[in-house]
Amino acid sequence: MSDNLGLYQDDFYNALMDAHAGLSESASHALNARLVLMLANRVGDIETLKDILEKAREYNDE
Amino acid sequence: MAGYKYEPFDYVKPPELSGAAPALYPVAIIGAGPIGLALAIDLAQRGIKSVVLDDNNVVSVGSRAICWAKRTLEIFNRLGVGERMLEKGVTWKIGRNFHGDQEIYNFDLLPEDGHKYPAFINLQQYYVEQYLVERARDFPELIELRFKNRVTGHKDHGDHVTLTVETPDGTYEMVAEYYIACDGANSATRERMGLDFTGQTFQEQFLIADIEMEDSPFGENAVPERWFWFDPPFHEGKSALLHAQPDNIYRIDLQLDVDADGKAESAPEKVMPRIKAIVGDKPFRLDWVSVYKFRCIKLDRFVHNRVIFVGDSAHVVSPFGARGGNGGIQDVDNIGWKLAAVLKSEAPAELIETYHEERSHGSAENILNSSRATNFMTPKTPVEALFRAEVLKLAHDQPFARRLVNSGRLSQPCSLAGMRLQSPGVAPLEPGQPLLDAPLDGAEGPTWLLDVVPPQFCLIGFGEVDLPDVPGVARIGINTIREYPCFNSRDGFATKRYGQQGVYLIRPDGHVCAVFSEPDRHDVERACARAQGKMMEQAA
Repeated sequence: MSDNLGLYQDDFYNALMDAHAGLSESASHALNARLVLMLANRVGDIETLKDILEKAREYNDE
Repeated sequence: MAGYKYEPFDYVKPPELSGAAPALYPVAIIGAGPIGLALAIDLAQRGIKSVVLDDNNVVSVGSRAICWAKRTLEIFNRLGVGERMLEKGVTWKIGRNFHGDQEIYNFDLLPEDGHKYPAFINLQQYYVEQYLVERARDFPELIELRFKNRVTGHKDHGDHVTLTVETPDGTYEMVAEYYIACDGANSATRERMGLDFTGQTFQEQFLIADIEMEDSPFGENAVPERWFWFDPPFHEGKSALLHAQPDNIYRIDLQLDVDADGKAESAPEKVMPRIKAIVGDKPFRLDWVSVYKFRCIKLDRFVHNRVIFVGDSAHVVSPFGARGGNGGIQDVDNIGWKLAAVLKSEAPAELIETYHEERSHGSAENILNSSRATNFMTPKTPVEALFRAEVLKLAHDQPFARRLVNSGRLSQPCSLAGMRLQSPGVAPLEPGQPLLDAPLDGAEGPTWLLDVVPPQFCLIGFGEVDLPDVPGVARIGINTIREYPCFNSRDGFATKRYGQQGVYLIRPDGHVCAVFSEPDRHDVERACARAQGKMMEQAA
């Protein structure tokens, strides 16, 4: 996967943590689900999305 | 294996207690740490007299600040101590991040050649203070060091400040035009003035241990680097940091539990097993131990009329990123020439206010970076811990995730671009940036740009351009021959960093404040006036 966050890696990570601030675990879980759906809509391309889903699943260690 | 030998500085009965008439000092500096001492030297080099008052009479007990960044070394170079620090310090530039026992990511803080100073040296604060005290002694007419002189009160009278000072021989009063509080994170000056100093406090505690050891803990090659572990096998679930210092001293920094008992944790019987878990059976001596909690805070205002806060008294950060001491030295660099210009009536008093603007901006940048790093290291909620765990997992083979791993974004020089002393302009090195060093060849052989730019306003012309003769402004030509000092760019570093053709106006603290193609005297005078705060209305 290419690195597309450039110099804004800390800005993004911090904004993501801020988005979760003050939420219960279940609310955070729901927020993460919404984020995945909205980011998927932004990516748009089905082949890319399938590729990412597969890649992310590979890291599952349970 | 003896460790650093602390030599107390002599206490001298102050003249005020020996019957001398009370004098008016231009500058009183409170605190003889790296910041106060560096400022006294900077002012002395500009011909300004100061008195440095400290309640103690020894250098820093414990190594404390150890990582000194390139920009700091360049400032120390100007103060006449850079080369000595470099010679004694341990040079490094590579940082490695580990997750468990696997390296996930490393970074090179100075991938380019062509600089006199390296990305970083590690040098114990006690050496830094010792070298600065010895350098300050080179100016007996301009710097008075008063150890065992505790400032217990001060009062701002509008155009001067009176100080009450306690000594072993009794109490006296002294008067100064400016009062510079370099009295550290627990500044008594700040307390007396009741200034709000609240901000983010991190609950996690960190154990800092210096050990003296013959063998290097940095693997087989023994190259000194910065090693940071997330969840290392020797300290599960926490973070750890390793640095090398001179005299075979190594700094180990271990994250502790939020509710750890700091006092119990610093006892040798608790510390020794933790160190042995890292270095194994190699013999070592425990040199210094401390348990810390961190805060990220800055004062709303660094300038309170005649009382000016410099260094940790104005701002504190967590240590991940080496932004405390290095930020403070950049404060000194910024206030020194401004204070000197105002005291010599070369610039209006309002110039001092721009110290607050420029360094408050720098300090905000340091706080942002250091608090983000500390947040990453110490997740506060299950979801923060979850994201961090997944970032670390992905970082083993995903370059984008490596960039999200934050073990500290190390101190970089602060840019003053867009701030009001700088004239807007476009050039390879934009106004507001500090000088970039480069190797040069001169009439007397090889040298560095850093060593030939004097600590005053200076024009540097690249290529065939005539620099106008402006009173108070030095001139340097690169790749040309003129009646002023000229040098050639060696191996193309200078022209790569500044361009083949163009003119830069440099402030006395080495920041670019204007750029030109072919300036006349009037252009340069206008930019100098602006950089000295003489055109505030126009610039605002």
